[in-house]
Amino acid sequence: MTLLDGTLVQKVLKLALARGGDFAEIFVEEKATFSASLEDSLVEELASGTSRGAGIRVRFGDTTGFAHTADLSEAGLNRAIEAASALARGGKGRAAEIAVTPRLFVPLPHEKAVPGSVGKDRKIDLLRRLDAAGRGQGATIRQVNAGYSDSLRRFLVANSDGVFVEEEQVRTRLSISCIALGDTGMQTGYETAAMTMGFELFDEIDVDELAARAANRAIQKLSARPTPSGPMPVVLAGQGGGVLFHEACGHGLEADHILKDSSVYAGRVGERVASPLVTLVDDGTVANQWGTYSHDDEGNPAARNVLIENGVLSDYMWDSTQGSRERRGSSGNGRRQSYAHLPMVRMTNTYLMPGEQSPEEIIADTERGIYVAKLGGGQVNTATGDFVFGMTEAYLIENGQITAPLRDANLIGNGPEVLANIDAVADDFAIIPGTCGKDGQSVPVGCGQPTVRITQVTVGGTAGA
Amino acid sequence: MPDLIEIGKSVVGRAEAGEEIEAYVVWERETSIRVYQAAVESLTSAESAGIGIRVISGNRVGVSYAGTLERAEIERALAEARDNARFASEDPHSGIARPDGVAAPALDLWRGDILTTPTERKIDLALELERAVKAKDSRIRSLNSSNYGDVSVEGAVVNSAGIASYTQQTYCWLWAYALAGTEDETQTGYGMHASRDVAGLDLAFAANEAAEKATRMLGATKPASGLFTVVLEPDIASSLLSIVASTLSAEAVQKGRSIFAGRLGEQVASPLVTLIDDPGDPRFFSASPYDDEGIASRRNVLFEAGKLKGYLYDSYTARKDGTASTGSAIRGGIAGSTTPGPRATMAMPGNSSPEQILAEAGDCYLIQSISGIHSGVNPISGDFSVGAEGIRVRNGELAEPVKEFTISSNLQKMLLDVRSVGNDLTFRPGGTAGLTLAIGNVNVSGT
Repeated sequence: MTLLDGTLVQKVLKLALARGGDFAEIFVEEKATFSASLEDSLVEELASGTSRGAGIRVRFGDTTGFAHTADLSEAGLNRAIEAASALARGGKGRAAEIAVTPRLFVPLPHEKAVPGSVGKDRKIDLLRRLDAAGRGQGATIRQVNAGYSDSLRRFLVANSDGVFVEEEQVRTRLSISCIALGDTGMQTGYETAAMTMGFELFDEIDVDELAARAANRAIQKLSARPTPSGPMPVVLAGQGGGVLFHEACGHGLEADHILKDSSVYAGRVGERVASPLVTLVDDGTVANQWGTYSHDDEGNPAARNVLIENGVLSDYMWDSTQGSRERRGSSGNGRRQSYAHLPMVRMTNTYLMPGEQSPEEIIADTERGIYVAKLGGGQVNTATGDFVFGMTEAYLIENGQITAPLRDANLIGNGPEVLANIDAVADDFAIIPGTCGKDGQSVPVGCGQPTVRITQVTVGGTAGA
Repeated sequence: MPDLIEIGKSVVGRAEAGEEIEAYVVWERETSIRVYQAAVESLTSAESAGIGIRVISGNRVGVSYAGTLERAEIERALAEARDNARFASEDPHSGIARPDGVAAPALDLWRGDILTTPTERKIDLALELERAVKAKDSRIRSLNSSNYGDVSVEGAVVNSAGIASYTQQTYCWLWAYALAGTEDETQTGYGMHASRDVAGLDLAFAANEAAEKATRMLGATKPASGLFTVVLEPDIASSLLSIVASTLSAEAVQKGRSIFAGRLGEQVASPLVTLIDDPGDPRFFSASPYDDEGIASRRNVLFEAGKLKGYLYDSYTARKDGTASTGSAIRGGIAGSTTPGPRATMAMPGNSSPEQILAEAGDCYLIQSISGIHSGVNPISGDFSVGAEGIRVRNGELAEPVKEFTISSNLQKMLLDVRSVGNDLTFRPGGTAGLTLAIGNVNVSGT
């Protein structure tokens, strides 16, 4: 079933440009979500719902008018067109018919288990399994919180350039957090599995192992000692640190920041911006990853874009708005949280390519430093590249060995400096799911990297250096 | 506009024997204008509405929502909520809020000028703000954006126990993000001002703030490490106090996720600190006569002269502790369920001006921005470590700017180490209030 009749789509686009304007777009979206959570071994709450609506965008020169509505009737859409094209008043109308050609609709491979076709009891069983497996790791585990969520998002996007794309995205996510209690107080361990696929995700991942990892992380941290402070070498483990490259480098490579000169990478294509060991890629096509899709929210196909190659800046990420300013195309990075949001340049799955050393070699080669098994949330100023990240699992490296676990503390540094200071890249690799927030809009992304060593990052612990 | 109370009543009126229903209905209009280099970059205008439904049946809770107020979608959401309840575990404390006889404060939070002011005037404000920031200082290179935004929200909470509350608020703001410096160095600064009505917006305040914050950081270096007093500017103090208040949520306390669990009556902060949560105070942009379960807003004392006086309850956590709701239910939108938490937190102002506080501290750091506060504060252990930017203070005088360092301590220790509380209480966009706060014995980690 199509979200909006093709004839109505053409009518909307024509009316949207009736007062003038260079570009008009309609984005119709329907999204159904389901979530369930467990705490104290009790299923706390199941929540589900649906939202549906349309966003209409009219661009004239560098100005964009945007309006959204949950009323998909012709009258409702006309009111939104009125609001979106309000600033185009006085412009020259375009009377020509707009021809849109539907692109072949290729749904993502989720045939096995569309969320609505899987019983709620099966989803809840996963939570109970996580609870049992987490608690089974030892008596010090006092609390387990588990969460399951899935979503089915369908959209139609059509524009005056002739694009007409329909897309379906199914996402499924499972998370667990375990609290361990010991002499030093409570510690938390967290794990999550999330993919752009249906319930068949659980054919691929070991739920018990996910719970065990979270529980053991909490237990390990019970013996954590205060983290040192000051600048020191940091080894980021292959599964744990990709968010750093997303935040501290990726955002600065988004064309909207570049064109506003609010990125440290502006005007530097072709220049060396990182250690020669660094190749950074944004890739919306990696099968089933959290940041994967067939088409972006402007109807452009997802792509693999090399951003930094062997240390040299090769290109930025583009959406259609920024691309049109530079008279070039989109790189498939135009995304929006929902129909109620304007699309902008966003990352998909961003990762650092693996190198040739083994992770063990890199650790053995580090006399003293910090081994970060998992980074938590962070924040970055794209204009300066300055960042802060929480470490949620970290250890001391002494004489080439991983020794004592460390208490949570922040890493603080500068994106370009970190890229320049990478002196070892391992051959392991993994992409992990995350949520990226930019200008108040959240979208699912993937972050990946091999184990790497950064010669110097400032660690903000409570113990002396 | 539809009658939100009537829509709510039509849903909760469907409650069957042994069933409780709550409906949360919202209607919202928004404008958002972004200006860049003397032209409108984007103008967004929209109306949205939705409903969140909670059904309790046999002590089991089910939740559903619809992003529209169409009859058929509301029907579907009610059926979904009922179905969801079947799968939840039984919880004897589950239930909707009960009327408690407390009268809601009469608050006048709606200003028609948000809806009647022409869009052209709102665009002009954003354009004028961009010009004003640039005119402030020749070292301002450009603005990433200059923005005007407004929102008018109406909401109703209706439940089958007899609650029927209605709230309406307007709110608008100006904000600018300035870049200062030359090619070799960039520093950034935010400036903002918020008001209930367009007429009350103070453009000069926002312009000054953005320009000053960006330019005064030029030439910033990494400071030496050591143990120092830090003086937090009002915005930063407000972030810190918000974190403290969130650990006083009865949910965090009951789940053992708060450093304040089981410590009522203890001296947990310096006697200088009296912390209250008062969503009935209209100076807060988050003020509202009712909470998100329809319970009247009231003034809750959290710390009195440093002594822990109470926690923040919604109806569920209150039933669990055998006490009454403090009117602290918060909902993260139609799709969320309620949790108790701070709605309008402020520290009672002290006697010293910010200048006096710096003079008393002598050798210290003035902190103008922090980053990573959510990853950097552990609510269970109280471990605190965040990135910071600010100004080195010597002999009470502002000296050189400093950046790329962390400040770390422990939340509990920091509260006891409060050395002075400023008299400069200011209410900020986002529903917070802040004042200058000096805290001793903080670990500054730079070079």
